[in-house]
Amino acid sequence: MAKELWEGNAALAEAAIRAGVEAFFGYPITPQTEVLEHFSKRMPELGRVFLQAESEVAAINMVYGAACAGARVMTSSSSPGVSLMQEGFSYIACSEVPAVVTNIMRGGPGLGNVQPAQGDYFQAVKSAGHGDFHMIVLAPANVQELIDLTVLAFDLAEKYRTLAMIVADGSIGQMMEPAEMPPMRPVRPPEERPDWALTGAKGRDPNIITSLYLGAENLERVNLRLQAKLKKIAANEVRWKEYSTEDADLLLVAYGTVGRICQTVVREARRAGMKVGLLRPITLWPFPSKRIAELAEQVRGILTVEMNAGQMVEDVRLAVEGRCTVRFYGRMGGVIPLPDEILPELEKLDAECR
Amino acid sequence: MQEAGRKIQEEIIISGFGGQGALFAGQLLAYAAMDQDLHVTWIPSYGPEMRGGKARCTVVISDEEIGSPLVRRPSAAIVLNIPSMEAFEPAVKPGGVLVVNSSLIPQKSERDDIRVIYVPASDIASDMGNIRLANVVCLGALVQALGVLPLEAIEKALDEHLPERHRELLELNKEALRRGAEYGER
Repeated sequence: MAKELWEGNAALAEAAIRAGVEAFFGYPITPQTEVLEHFSKRMPELGRVFLQAESEVAAINMVYGAACAGARVMTSSSSPGVSLMQEGFSYIACSEVPAVVTNIMRGGPGLGNVQPAQGDYFQAVKSAGHGDFHMIVLAPANVQELIDLTVLAFDLAEKYRTLAMIVADGSIGQMMEPAEMPPMRPVRPPEERPDWALTGAKGRDPNIITSLYLGAENLERVNLRLQAKLKKIAANEVRWKEYSTEDADLLLVAYGTVGRICQTVVREARRAGMKVGLLRPITLWPFPSKRIAELAEQVRGILTVEMNAGQMVEDVRLAVEGRCTVRFYGRMGGVIPLPDEILPELEKLDAECR
Repeated sequence: MQEAGRKIQEEIIISGFGGQGALFAGQLLAYAAMDQDLHVTWIPSYGPEMRGGKARCTVVISDEEIGSPLVRRPSAAIVLNIPSMEAFEPAVKPGGVLVVNSSLIPQKSERDDIRVIYVPASDIASDMGNIRLANVVCLGALVQALGVLPLEAIEKALDEHLPERHRELLELNKEALRRGAEYGER
């Protein structure tokens, strides 16, 4: 298929449709309302379900219900709306049903504003909801990656019966870029629902899906099973991209919008004679800790750049374990750091680690 | 249009009031660049929107994978109104191009390190019968001055992407593009 100019939010919705999503439940919020707009037009055309719920709390519980019935299902929101969904995330995680959610992050805390930000890293990666669990967290940096990772999110969610979250920000949602859509996958017919799904139990024993396990040892067994699954995901599903790291002696670590901005920083720093490389995490959980640890042996220093007060930098430090200097630069409240302010930070790091 | 081996990298800001067509002019650039197999990003400034409010987009066109879709100092800008002139006239990189809608912007640039093209775009558009063509007049001047995209690529983008409700204005848009291009010639 040829490349077309896609707006990020519309591309995200269309990619989910191509991936065979059967139902979308959501509630509008800037800067991702175009996701709902696209679904609201396309899903009825295709005979699939689009439903605007009365709130984010309702939307995530509709997702939970449809997922229990074995449907490919998703919701989408932005920071304050995602906070409202967190109870549902925890129930879904414990029930071990697959679902895809997106967070097109905006400035916070509170109602904040609608400008692009990455303040929800901790929420997505460390604190998706109450109890012990992680979501798979995918962080695209451009529209093509947004499309590809949306399709991947469904596949991973079903492979591991878990939650997969796409985290982007308003600038990826609002921007347009040439990109290619995958071919349309058919919606899974009802007779091909997974064998754990709640489909009516005709001619078989009933399936039970629950997140309520009374009795400590009972619930610990469930937790041990969840942890074993998360360990498997951590071992198999780490993704990242590297730029000019082969001979780098300084390393940038950044993801999403500021990750691609750091690609420009690498080019400019190289033109100025600095040997700078970039590692851009694509999965924020599981985190590319092992690769960062390897690179920490090679480089003199690491600069982590984020659109927040310094969140992912904690995971970078955990990975580096003191092997080299780790510094942070970030902007908050919806301000996007640009190359001309990141470059001097690199120069400072360079001087510091001589 | 491009000499073999020359690197292509343009960062273009188009800025005006909501309703002046700054965002659409940027999209035309993006479609045309994609058609020429170049990398391109189009990103609007977004937020609470209203007619008469600020409207701005940044278009980056490159022959290599685009890192930052945003720039503080563009290589070119189209300013459609006075606030945009005040914001972006000082920002254009030395050696860059500034297209000024001189129908609505009386002041002159004091910069001698950029090429400033004054186009009475709103007057030209009014003479043609539709003041809303001013964005395309300015785009014609910019495209001609930059020389990284052929005018025909913008015409093709108009053919394919002018919204259905403005279809009867297709030929007028192309005419506006050519009228603007005359100002972009050296």
